Amino acid sequence: MSAIELKYAIPGDDFTRAGEASSSIKMRLKQMGFDPCFIRRVAIAVYEGEINMVIHANGGEIVVNISPASTDITLTDDGPGIPDVELAMKAGFSTAPENVRNLGFGAGMGLPNMKKYTDEMDIQSEVGVGTTVRMKVYANAT
Amino acid sequence: MTISDIKNILDCMVLCGEDRLGTDINTADGADMMSDVLAFASEHGVLLTGLVNSQVVRTAEMMDITCIIFVRGKTPDQSIIDLAGNCGIVIMKTREKMFSACGKLYEAGMRSGASGT
Ligand SMILES: Nc1ncnc2c1ncn2[C@@H]1O[C@H](COP(=O)(O)OP(=O)(O)OP(=O)(O)O)[C@@H](O)[C@H]1O
Ligand SMILES: [Mg+2]
Repeated sequence: MSAIELKYAIPGDDFTRAGEASSSIKMRLKQMGFDPCFIRRVAIAVYEGEINMVIHANGGEIVVNISPASTDITLTDDGPGIPDVELAMKAGFSTAPENVRNLGFGAGMGLPNMKKYTDEMDIQSEVGVGTTVRMKVYANAT
Repeated sequence: MTISDIKNILDCMVLCGEDRLGTDINTADGADMMSDVLAFASEHGVLLTGLVNSQVVRTAEMMDITCIIFVRGKTPDQSIIDLAGNCGIVIMKTREKMFSACGKLYEAGMRSGASGT
């Protein structure tokens, strides 16, 4: 298997459709025969990131690079940015408004969860410019 | 226990996945916050929730959850049922409230999975 790249534009105004990209990525990984535990880790991390882009950043773009050894995920948006990334990474920190909580999100668990399920994670963010989250999951990691 | 056993215990109506009621289920989680499900739920289990929207199905899909049970008689839209059908997830609903639904399953021997796996 050679490396492949998948790209998705994530609309920011459609909560109902959020998760379509993550679902498609998960399906591709399944078709490629990866281990279910690995696929689950990638799927959860991408989905948390996709939801974040929809609820905090008015959408963005997901690029996934799949190779036999690892999957690289890059989430880019031109939303409001994160003023204090270290604080945002803390479990329980959330700026999500009431309407987002009524939809079942906004517990401040997403970023810590993305870190938990991936092997590498890096956040670059500038207020007023946008946010880029990069994650890597190794296929043979346990 | 099987999904069929759970159906009997909670007097559920099956909305999708009727052909998979024989599937064995060993763990259950109850939550209205999908954030919590994504952080703590275990795979191949059942999710009891009072939240009804498409992201419940998406969350279950990502977490490899086998069956969703909507509590308090809540009925999802057809679009949500169709989404679950495409993902191979069983959907049922019960008139039980969250607390009593979880209690009845616990009484029957069901437990939470190891959290954080
Ligand atoms: N792409 C983003 N753009 C701007 N702010 C973001 C972005 N992603 C996360 N944040 C900020 O970081 C905070 C923490 O994010 P995290 O995903 O951990 O929690 P949450 O999205 O608020 O809730 P949950 O993920 O539990 O549903 C958010 O509340 C938000 O303030
Ligand atoms: Mg989040």
